[in-house]
Amino acid sequence: MSIVKTKNLIYEYLRRDEEGNVEGVNRAVDDVSLQVRQGEFIAIVGHNGSGKSTLAKHVNAILQPTRGTVWVDGIDTSQEDRVWAIRQRAGMVFQNPDNQIIGQLVEEDVGFGPENLGVPTEEIWKRVEESLRAVGMYQYRSHSPNRLSGGQKQRVSIAGVLAMRPQCIVLDEPTAMLDPSGRKEVIHAVRELNSREKVTVILITHYMEEVIYADHVYVMDQGRVAMEGTPREIFSRVEELQKLRLDVPQVTLLAYELQQRGISLPQGILTTQELVKALKRQEWPGAKREDAPHTDADSVNVSAILEEAGGTQAGEEAQYGTDH
Amino acid sequence: MLRDITLGQYYQTESVIHRLDPRVKLAGTLLYIISLFLFENIAGYVLGALFLALVIGLSHVPFKFMVRGMKAILFLLLITVGFNLFLTPGETLVRLWKLTITREGLHNAVFMALRLCYLIIGSSIMTLTTTPNHLTDGMEKGLRPLKVFRVPVHEVAMIMSIALRFIPILLEETDKIMKAQIARGADFESGNLIKRAKAMVPLLVPLFISAFRRANDLAMAMEARCYHGGEGRTKMKPLVYRRRDRLAYLCLLLYMGCKVAVGVLL
Amino acid sequence: MGLTIEHVSYVYDPDAPLPQRALEDICLTIPEGQFIGIIGHTGSGKSTLMQHLNGLVRATQGHIYFNGQDIDAKGFDKKELRSKVGLVFQYPEHQLFEVDVFSDVCFGPRNLGLPKEEVERRAREALARVGLWEELYTQSPFELSGGQKRRVAIAGVLAMQPEILILDEPTAGLDPKGRREILDQIKELQTQTNMTILLVSHSMEDVAEYVDRIIVMNHGKVIYDDVPRKVFRRYRELEEMGLGAPQVTYILRALREEGLPVDVDAITVEEAADRILQALGKEGK
Repeated sequence: MSIVKTKNLIYEYLRRDEEGNVEGVNRAVDDVSLQVRQGEFIAIVGHNGSGKSTLAKHVNAILQPTRGTVWVDGIDTSQEDRVWAIRQRAGMVFQNPDNQIIGQLVEEDVGFGPENLGVPTEEIWKRVEESLRAVGMYQYRSHSPNRLSGGQKQRVSIAGVLAMRPQCIVLDEPTAMLDPSGRKEVIHAVRELNSREKVTVILITHYMEEVIYADHVYVMDQGRVAMEGTPREIFSRVEELQKLRLDVPQVTLLAYELQQRGISLPQGILTTQELVKALKRQEWPGAKREDAPHTDADSVNVSAILEEAGGTQAGEEAQYGTDH
Repeated sequence: MLRDITLGQYYQTESVIHRLDPRVKLAGTLLYIISLFLFENIAGYVLGALFLALVIGLSHVPFKFMVRGMKAILFLLLITVGFNLFLTPGETLVRLWKLTITREGLHNAVFMALRLCYLIIGSSIMTLTTTPNHLTDGMEKGLRPLKVFRVPVHEVAMIMSIALRFIPILLEETDKIMKAQIARGADFESGNLIKRAKAMVPLLVPLFISAFRRANDLAMAMEARCYHGGEGRTKMKPLVYRRRDRLAYLCLLLYMGCKVAVGVLL
Repeated sequence: MGLTIEHVSYVYDPDAPLPQRALEDICLTIPEGQFIGIIGHTGSGKSTLMQHLNGLVRATQGHIYFNGQDIDAKGFDKKELRSKVGLVFQYPEHQLFEVDVFSDVCFGPRNLGLPKEEVERRAREALARVGLWEELYTQSPFELSGGQKRRVAIAGVLAMQPEILILDEPTAGLDPKGRREILDQIKELQTQTNMTILLVSHSMEDVAEYVDRIIVMNHGKVIYDDVPRKVFRRYRELEEMGLGAPQVTYILRALREEGLPVDVDAITVEEAADRILQALGKEGK
């Protein structure tokens, strides 16, 4: 069953001049139909102004379609009396970590959503604890949000949404304002959420390296879905991505470059490991025979290096940086 | 660093006074202030001082923190003393040039100064032992009866607590914008009043824009988390009176009783 | 000439019971015309150091010399220094305030007390440098896109015609297209005018591609100061500081570990492809 579904969604807004007269109509989202199934991890990428954030705000009923329909868990978002039901089912995390934390203590902020839903006090405490543990922020529960790093604040925001027990979380560029370690923390938390808590995730981002974990990727351009498919399918179309001026991870780019120069490699390489494996099958003059058995020590060494390569592989261990 | 500014001068420590329900502290402060203006006699002042000393002792807050609050109103204090000292008619004690100090004036000045000091120390005990958001909670619940008169108690409390959260962020932002404009050659320090006021424009415009942007973002984030006013909301940390709170109310009543007794009998 | 930093230390709030050291004994020389990248974890002291260089923060100990003159000496003109050492803060668009783009860019040079024609000439030149079309000059800066706002803000500093330009994460929060455009323009500026550029960045890939020299900071100290290739050889140490090396470095190391005879010194995709082809005995086209 699909948790989020849009059909021919169009969103237009009026452009006005200084006197407030209508100058024209801008179409931010142009005829988008998509389906997100329960438990999926969806990524939507695109440039600023591609319509991806506008699309996201429809899922939470912050915006209403100009034409077309959006359903969340079968509820049409244009039903005004169901707006709280929709927002409870589809939570939203925003870009700026400072502007979405309401509480003066971490735990109070996470409790804000359940308070609004009228959840009994003991149940709120239970949910707050669970949610904070799920994002690895439980030990910071009585800290002031002002003293946390950007990545930690975003994890608190995720916990705040989680405490409302949603079926789906929409994250609208949650990492755009973070440093690399903060980005890693947040993406890690999001993936945990999806795999462990079985929450459906819709991740809006412009960092291509964040979408490689998704089940399905939509690339948006000028309000339309320009490309869609699995990350591997998307990343095998390097030229198109470059035409859209999206950043392709260096591994994929390197593989593409090598292919262009006559090395035969499989399509859509996403991780360092994959590239190394593929390159090992090449003819290397003067190298150890590539299919010669490796000693255990050798392979341990390699995997250690790969792990350090910055979270580009799927089997990475649960680990959060403790920031200052 | 600006992030370290403690608002409402809360002093972090463990004490009975810290743990009291904020409503008790609010009511207590109010009653204490009333008691100061109730009767005028020396025994009453001694009683007020004793009560204050007891609370200070229980609060575990160093006395110097309370005196710190006095500095801000030193000027006000001096004016009050001055006016009382020189402008009260009565039996002349000393004559300095054109000013006369009367017996009644001296009496009034001393007692007025004492009252003000008690008042400041008394209310600073409340702010020193209660976190701002605890205080907001106390006000929200304590003032709930005012809802009958259509006072938006919940909204006011929410506004206060959001303000408390954003003040440090905006202070930091002010510092940053100021530095950025200084780096572009702005001068906030020299020139006359008009010039200085004009120099504030490059600081204030970005600050207001930022505050509005944040307000907008926050409103959206709150609505996305199903905030729809105080109706049907539960509390994560509801205020519940405990035994110590009832005891504290009893002590307060006892104090008020003594104060009235002393005032009437003596 | 340029900047010389001698044994600079900075302590936050020295009267506090536990004074925090933000900078410790920094010694650096920044000659003319270099493109320098500064990397470090959040809180490593890089932003504090940048603010020292144009006199916004005064060193607790040590001296900074600009073209041979001590910037903390009595009678030294700080305003002059600030025009010569331009500082673009993080998210600089947050400092825009004027009614239109052009007036905002004029703010800096006007503060220098230049005649009106000169102010406007400089503003035009700066806006052209950041690639902003003339149609936008009369628009309100608040109506522009994120990338355009950022470029207006950078032009606002460029219009002061600094000899040294410091940019604190000029690409933060921008999309890939905007990031690339800004970095390309900075590079162009540097090659055309021989301006010294200090670029604070979190992206190892960007730094590897654009700069001639990298300064690595950690816990308020300068740890490495060398050409990118040499700095990224210390990728393990960099990781311990919460940093790292460009992804290609890891790919090449992994290949080498697997026993493939590839030169591991490449730091950009182009170079890495060359190295791999060389090792494969196919020199490429």
